[in-house]
Amino acid sequence: MSATFKDVNPYLVLVLIGFLPNEIWRWLGVFVARGLTETSEFLVWVRAVATAILAGVIAQLIIVPAGSLAAVPLGARLGALAVGFAVFMGLRRSVIAGVIAGEVALIAAGMLFGTGR
Amino acid sequence: MPMPEAPQAPPSAHRPPGWAGFSAGLAASFKSVLAWALFGTFVGLGGLCFDLGVSVWWAALSTAIIFAAPAQVILVTTLGSGTLVQAAVAVTLSAIRLLPMVVALLPVIRGPHTRSRDLVLPAHFVAVTMWVEAFRLTPRIPRDQRVGFCNGLGLGMTVLSVAGTVLGYFLAARLPPILAAAVLFLTPMTFLVSTIRGATAISDRLAFVASLVITPVLILAGFELALLYGALAAGALGYGVHRLRKAAA
Repeated sequence: MSATFKDVNPYLVLVLIGFLPNEIWRWLGVFVARGLTETSEFLVWVRAVATAILAGVIAQLIIVPAGSLAAVPLGARLGALAVGFAVFMGLRRSVIAGVIAGEVALIAAGMLFGTGR
Repeated sequence: MPMPEAPQAPPSAHRPPGWAGFSAGLAASFKSVLAWALFGTFVGLGGLCFDLGVSVWWAALSTAIIFAAPAQVILVTTLGSGTLVQAAVAVTLSAIRLLPMVVALLPVIRGPHTRSRDLVLPAHFVAVTMWVEAFRLTPRIPRDQRVGFCNGLGLGMTVLSVAGTVLGYFLAARLPPILAAAVLFLTPMTFLVSTIRGATAISDRLAFVASLVITPVLILAGFELALLYGALAAGALGYGVHRLRKAAA
């Protein structure tokens, strides 16, 4: 199977490879959730896994980033994330303050260390 | 996580609870800081779509019907290089995370008379940002309005995301690379702080921190399914500690 995207209508690709693979898990979720109560032990585990996946997504986006972010050195990406986190914790867990601080740190680091590296 | 039951609104023939919840959810989406960060995330995705040469219609439609940024990043980045099968496997695996999110959310928003088919639409809107905000906001909403609330929240976030995608697509050519990088940095930065803020149970917090340590190691070791293995290991750890504490109590 070596068909590439150029051989197929892009909107068909969007539905078959974009929409359906996501929607299947959501539909399955509706099915699995039937009969489960908010306080069930199973849900504690499910929620822990779901939360851990978010951490994994963050790790993936920082370690193997897409597009222009890849041009900023890994150390700068990690450092900016740490700055954002520190400001978030320091300023009474303000999401907006943490995000702004992280962004400023990333731009500063990117300009200092060059986005070309 | 037991939640106190919100007072039930008196039934009204003229204003079904679904619609009251829907408008509240829609309003909440535009007032949410996370939803605006999501807007920024999709500005980044729009820029990526432009860079990779897909049409703006395709980019906007992908946000409208998929509404899951990581899957869209995988889809659009494999568009040029990978094969269809590779992309299908990668997208399907990236989307597994939606399953536990849907399973965790639905029992919280379902009422005694909610039919399963009424949960298909809120399940469709489940994505990271929506999930975090739904968990934060629904306890304040009367139970019979929660499904409508989630539909409004999800629709509002989808509208913002499509707008962000289109804006990013047209901005991409004009943004200097460092600003384009800053836009792409919005997603991990926002996910990090908003998840920590949203996770209140010890099991969730531990799982989150453990995954932040384990998953990068697995990614660097070259595991294809690093995300899945990392989350299962970290989730088991978080849940295990929850059980130990429960047994000790």
